[in-house]
Amino acid sequence: MLIEIKNLHASVNDIEIIKGLDLDVAPGEVHAIMGPNGSGKSTLAQALAGREDYVVTEGSVSYKGQNLLDMEPDSRARAGLFLSFQYPVEIPGVSNVYLLKAALNACRKEKGETEIDAVEFMRFIKDKAKLMELDEKFLSRGVNEGFSGGEKKRNEIFQMAVLEPDLAILDETDSGLDIDALKVVANGLNAQRDGQRSFLLITHYQRLLDYIEPDYVHVLADGRIIRSGGKELALELEENGYDNILAAAS
Amino acid sequence: MASKQPDVKDFVDRKYEHGFFTDIEADTLAPGLNEDVIRLISKIKGEPAFMLDWRLKAFSHWQTMQEPDWAKLERDAIDYQAISYYSAPRSSADAPKSLDEVDPKLLETYDKLGIPLHERARLAGVAVDAVFDSVSVATTFKEKLAEAGVLFCSFSEAVKDHPELIERYLGTVVPHRDNFFAALNSAVFTDGSFVYIPKGVRCPMELSTYFRINAANTGQFERTLIIADEGSYVSYLEGCTAPQRDENQLHAAVVELIAEKDAEIKYSTVQNWYPGDEEGRGGIYNFVTKRGDCRGDRSKISWTQVEAGSAITWKYPSCVLRGNDSVGEFYSVAVTNNLQQADTGTKMIHIGKNTRSTIISKGISAGRAQNAYRGLVKIFPTAENARNYSQCDSLLMGNQCGAHTFPYMEIKNPTAQVAHEATTSKIADDQLFYCRQRGLREEDAVNMIVNGFCKEVFRKLPMEFAVEAQALMNVSLEGAVG
Repeated sequence: MLIEIKNLHASVNDIEIIKGLDLDVAPGEVHAIMGPNGSGKSTLAQALAGREDYVVTEGSVSYKGQNLLDMEPDSRARAGLFLSFQYPVEIPGVSNVYLLKAALNACRKEKGETEIDAVEFMRFIKDKAKLMELDEKFLSRGVNEGFSGGEKKRNEIFQMAVLEPDLAILDETDSGLDIDALKVVANGLNAQRDGQRSFLLITHYQRLLDYIEPDYVHVLADGRIIRSGGKELALELEENGYDNILAAAS
Repeated sequence: MASKQPDVKDFVDRKYEHGFFTDIEADTLAPGLNEDVIRLISKIKGEPAFMLDWRLKAFSHWQTMQEPDWAKLERDAIDYQAISYYSAPRSSADAPKSLDEVDPKLLETYDKLGIPLHERARLAGVAVDAVFDSVSVATTFKEKLAEAGVLFCSFSEAVKDHPELIERYLGTVVPHRDNFFAALNSAVFTDGSFVYIPKGVRCPMELSTYFRINAANTGQFERTLIIADEGSYVSYLEGCTAPQRDENQLHAAVVELIAEKDAEIKYSTVQNWYPGDEEGRGGIYNFVTKRGDCRGDRSKISWTQVEAGSAITWKYPSCVLRGNDSVGEFYSVAVTNNLQQADTGTKMIHIGKNTRSTIISKGISAGRAQNAYRGLVKIFPTAENARNYSQCDSLLMGNQCGAHTFPYMEIKNPTAQVAHEATTSKIADDQLFYCRQRGLREEDAVNMIVNGFCKEVFRKLPMEFAVEAQALMNVSLEGAVG
């Protein structure tokens, strides 16, 4: 297993949001986590990435055989855990390229690889930017500074393409995207499915799964996974809505 | 959750690793200030009569003045009678003979700052005549400047060799009675820099105090006078990013800039004097009067400063926009940490027609520090179509520090266009988390965000200075993380 989550409980401001969640993801698998608003989807993403306000009160998470909960957020990232943010922040004055190069070199250093120089780096990211249909001028702009919602999301997937993580957690990456932008994002993601990289797609809507076919679909409600299945479960949700599944489960 | 609360305090709790050298010099006047002391200073320096008269006028006026107390600064009273107002330039006999004799910690800091090797020796106070590199470099530069007709020497030399220029320009921008600290400086200053760029000359290199090797020990009451004659251009660099040692607590410098018709002066400062310890003990009190006079039409004066050191910083580099179509600029980054206090800003005085000014101020506060921007934009009735743009941004680290903005405006001409923008932000947890999620260590993430915040100002610095300034920010915010 790449990641094994056992009986996870997590709170925000002393309110328990995740209430005993179990999930295993093997290398190369794509898992979709679906659920209504307030079910704990984003909390799960933030807690796995190590955000400090998201306090794990019980349970364990093993990532590549290590105790993930003991690791700092940046160590998790350097160990190949990537979070595509639902609301990417702006960092004025820090260029996209600059952040990415520093991030990539931090990861390479961790693995004992040599740091990449500026020229090599620019060559490396050019294709990736093309894939995400990001204009080169975006690369030198401040991180997410003045980007539209769609550009921010594409930028997240672009960063992921550059950092080449082992586990990518995508928090509502489809929200706020029009259909064209959604296709670009989906293309970008599919290009990164290589049979080794694992994905955790967190989404409210089935629509993203039309473009990215998951191996497993889980329904999250009130902090627990109440049903798991194959990709057909997403279609069932789309047809019947969450209410029926929630009612059937309770 | 195993992840620790990022403790912003940790970042900023860095220790200033280099104590002061406290060797007592033999050639030092006994503490105290009176007319005799001033006569003696003037005599030791072999000054002409007009200089002594000027000093004495300044002194008698100073005695009638009160220390200003309007700045947002808290400090102990200064005992002006406890200060020694003259000490002979340090003899090189006591100085370290080579870098091998210098505190390795200091060298480590130079390394982190990326200071070139040949410069480290000078900064560490290695006897100049032992530093062959810098001597030969300086000599080469002197020859090149002489070819262009540029005068660049210590103030004392200028008084001896070009008294007519000193008499004509000294005190014409900052009069001897300008303010308490300027008056004190006028009475007792011992040395400083002098620059004269002749008509139509573009100074062939950036002038830095580094190349003025013959003016030792001028830190306390320094006086700088820069004259850019018609159509000339000069870029002047003051200070350096390396921590500077000085045994004098009070610094009261004066800088006067004069830009004649079509002339341009670019003045860049990086100030990193000893800031005191975490409890605010020690540290330099830095009371500086800097003013530029855009005397001629279409002249331009641009101030760029990075203020990182000193326990107290009190300075307002200003522009008097007298000439029509003249331009004034002020770009500033002020960092305060622990118990440091900065009250800094600028004055843009618009007198001529179509005068323009720009103010970009970035204040960064950490620890229990207080950081104030204080600025005045004054538009005279004569200043038709004057324009000003001001932007003051503050960044807070932690919740025990303070940022304050005091923008004053006096607009006496209805055609003026004046715009002021101000923001205050905290280093946001979500920015920090975002960077860390991409794999950056906490400290690197903070450095990146802070440097991004300062970018607009760093861009205005000459290239090598900008690189150093960025490194300085990183070292300033260095501390134990996690």
